[in-house]
This record gives sequence, C-alpha cells and structure tokens, in this order.
Amino acid sequence: MINVKNLQKTFHNAGGDVSVLNGIDQTIEKGEKVVIIGPSGSGKSTFLRCLNLLETPTGGEIWFQDTQVNSAKVNIDQLRQKMGMVFQHFNLFPHLTILKNITLAPVSLKLQTEEEATEKAMKLLERVGLADKAQSYPVQLSGGQKQRIAIVRALAMNPEVMLFDEPTSALDPEMVGEVLEVMKELADDGMTMVVVTHEMGFAREVATRVLFMDGGQVLEEGSPKEFFGNPKNPRLKDFLSKVLH
Amino acid sequence: MAHIPLSVFSAVGEKFYDAFIYKDRWRYITDGFALTILITLVAVVIGTILGTIVALIKVAHTNNPKKFKISNAICNLYLTVIRGTPIMVQLLIVYSIVLLPFKGTSLNLYACFIAFGVNSGAYVAEIIRGGIQSIDHGQMEAGRSLGLSQRTTMIKIIFPQALKNVLPAIGNEFIALLKETAIAGYIGVQDMTKGGDIIRSITYDPYTSLLSIAAVYLLIVMLFTHLLTRLERRLRKGDQR
Repeated sequence: MINVKNLQKTFHNAGGDVSVLNGIDQTIEKGEKVVIIGPSGSGKSTFLRCLNLLETPTGGEIWFQDTQVNSAKVNIDQLRQKMGMVFQHFNLFPHLTILKNITLAPVSLKLQTEEEATEKAMKLLERVGLADKAQSYPVQLSGGQKQRIAIVRALAMNPEVMLFDEPTSALDPEMVGEVLEVMKELADDGMTMVVVTHEMGFAREVATRVLFMDGGQVLEEGSPKEFFGNPKNPRLKDFLSKVLH
Repeated sequence: MAHIPLSVFSAVGEKFYDAFIYKDRWRYITDGFALTILITLVAVVIGTILGTIVALIKVAHTNNPKKFKISNAICNLYLTVIRGTPIMVQLLIVYSIVLLPFKGTSLNLYACFIAFGVNSGAYVAEIIRGGIQSIDHGQMEAGRSLGLSQRTTMIKIIFPQALKNVLPAIGNEFIALLKETAIAGYIGVQDMTKGGDIIRSITYDPYTSLLSIAAVYLLIVMLFTHLLTRLERRLRKGDQR
C-alpha cells in the first residue's frame, strides 16, 4: 500500500544543512499497524510527515497505491483525502463547532452532502462517546476529548490509512488511555495504521510491526514480541532499557 | 487653559440659531456628514479589498519564495511609499496629478475615494498579514492533511481566525480613517469639517460650529467602537469555556 524507497530529507537551516532522514526503505501493507519508536530527533515524525507530503523529501521515492506521492504531477490533495492524519497538538479548528470540524472537509470537497456528512459525523461521535459535544467548541473540551475528535475528523474522510504523529504526547497522563482505546478499536476494525509514539504498551499490544529509528534510519524492525523480547541493535537495547522500567 | 470669553455662555440659543437654523445652515453639517461617511465607507471597501489582496500575496510569497516574486515586489513598493508619505500629500497628488487627464464635476470626491482607499489598504494589508501569520501553522497542516487545497484551507480555516484576531486593529484603522477624511476640504470637498468651517466663516463664531462638528465626530467614533465591541464578543464565542 505504501512503498518507500531510499527516502532522504535534509533541512536547510541558517546554521547549515541538517540531514534528518538518511535512506529509509519500507513497505507497509494494507491492514498493517506499524508503530515507530525512537528518541527525539531520530526523524520518526519527519518520516511520517513525508508520507502525506507535509514535508517534502529531498531524495528517494514514496509510492501510495501505484501513485508516486513525491512527484510534481501528483494531485496531492486527492491523495491526502485517503490518508488521515492525527497530530500531537490535535489542531482542531477553534472557530468551528465539533460537528463542523468533522464535516468541513467532506462537505467542502463535495464528497458528501451536508446531511450525509452530519449523519456520518454523529455516528462516529457516538462511537467515541462524544455525541453530546457536537455543538461544543474545541476550547470547551479536554485534551483527550480533542484528540478523539481529531481522530473522528480524519475518519470522516473514509481514509485508507491513518497516520498518527505522537497522538498522546501532549495529553495529561490520565487522558492517554481514552485515546489509545479509540486507536485500538480502529486497529481491530482493520484500519491500516502508521503510529509514531512513545507508548510502548500500545506498540506491544497493537502493532503488527515495530520500527526503531535513530539518526534518520530504521535500525531495527520486527514483530512486537521479537522487538521487545529480543532486541539486537545495541542502540535499541540502550533505548529500551531507558524507556521500559 | 485657553481664555474663553463669557459671551460664549450667553445667548446660546441665539448662537445655535445663527449657526444652524438661519438660512438652513444645518445643511452644511448634514450634507458634510453624508460626504464624510460616504468617503469613509468607499475607502473602507477599497482598503479592505486591496489590503486583503496585498496581505495574501505577501503571505503566499513568504510561504513559498519562488511564487509571486514580482507581485510581492510591487506590494512592498506600495506599502513603503504609502506608509512613508503623508496622506495629505497623497491626496493632493491623486487629485492634481493622477486625475489630471480626467474631466468631470466630482473629480475631487473621486480623488478622496482613491487616496483614502489606497492609503487605508496599505495599513489594512499589514494588519491582516500579521493576523494570518499569527495563526498556528498546525491549522494549515490540519486542513491540508484532510485533502483541502491551500486556497480552501486559507479561506475556510485560516482567514476567519485571522480576521477575528485582527478585528480590533482593523476597527481602529477605520476609526482613524474616518477622522483623516477631515482633510478632504483641502481639495474642495465639502465634508463635515469643511461644512463646519464654512459656518464658522459666516457667523464669526468658532465655538458653536467647530465644537459641534467635533461632537459629531466623537459620537460616530463612540458608536463605531461600541458596535465593534459587540461584534468582537460575538466572534469570540469559540473561545468561551
């Protein structure tokens, strides 16, 4: 479903060039739940953001269902409609009600009528237990509620893959659970997911494959059992010894 | 404190009659008032449209320096010249140079529309640009990640939030504009200030005429400030907890 070939990304800053991704090759199949872990600055978020071209790769290729994502000819807006994304800081639209947050994209893009979109939004809200918040504004919600809405907003577009960029990192500890719960349900429904996270428990429980990134490369990957039970890369061993207590 | 002769306070009714009632002199004020408001409104419309366009070009150029290179340079020139010269001089230039080839009866009024509109546009542009750039980049990313185009995201997500943030600043700009139109008399437009001055020159009583128009300006500004506060409050409902 997603094919990444020798992906490179270099940021050109005033202080010089910073090379964030140094050749990543990955194939993500339909239905897979890939969890990416690694220390800060390892390039895992940049990798994720390259997949839907929020960051433009400086080298290599990304393919999504027979279409090259990073080519000049691609209609990126159309591709992004099939790739939902959830951000660390939710990025809900503060000037719109929860319902409008969810229906804005499908209605603006004429994929659904106002009624269809509202009906679908209400169903999804029901599923995450927030139907009573439809007419609220984002500022009235807790962090965990906001992130659940953000997930619903992405789902309203009927995406074929969901990208999660540290979805629980900005949450109070007590709200992490409710968001992970929604993500687990999504995984059980068969959604293809790519998740950047620090939640090792989630990785262990939900992932079909775990990637460890550092220095802009994937240093190790494997099933959660293999990955956590028998890590081989010394950098990964060191990392796991620090995050698992 | 300035010396105020006692006679000011005597015969107020008579002075008022002289200044406004006799020979229908109140028409100087009401006709002038209408022109002042007309000039302000037309300038606000021109200024908002021009300012928004300039702001969008500048933001688009900042986001992608390869785009809108020439337009951006023109915008910068416009902002520099307009903000670097007095509005008075701009008005005279528009009337005496720009509109020189044209013939007609209301050229001085058109000069006001153009000069004040173009002048206001420069200030509005910088306000709106600041407003757009104050919106968290995550909003654009969220919009784009849903498959909305840059344009749609700008129109439906960024711009409404930016507008709400800059509303007080824009309101102040238009209040300033309203007061700036008082120089329209310089090119022979009988706005409210000119009207008051004409009454002063007829009646030789500067107090009644000038203080009256000052009061009218003050009232309009206060009314506008009030409306602005109410509008702001309505727009702010998304911030309530």
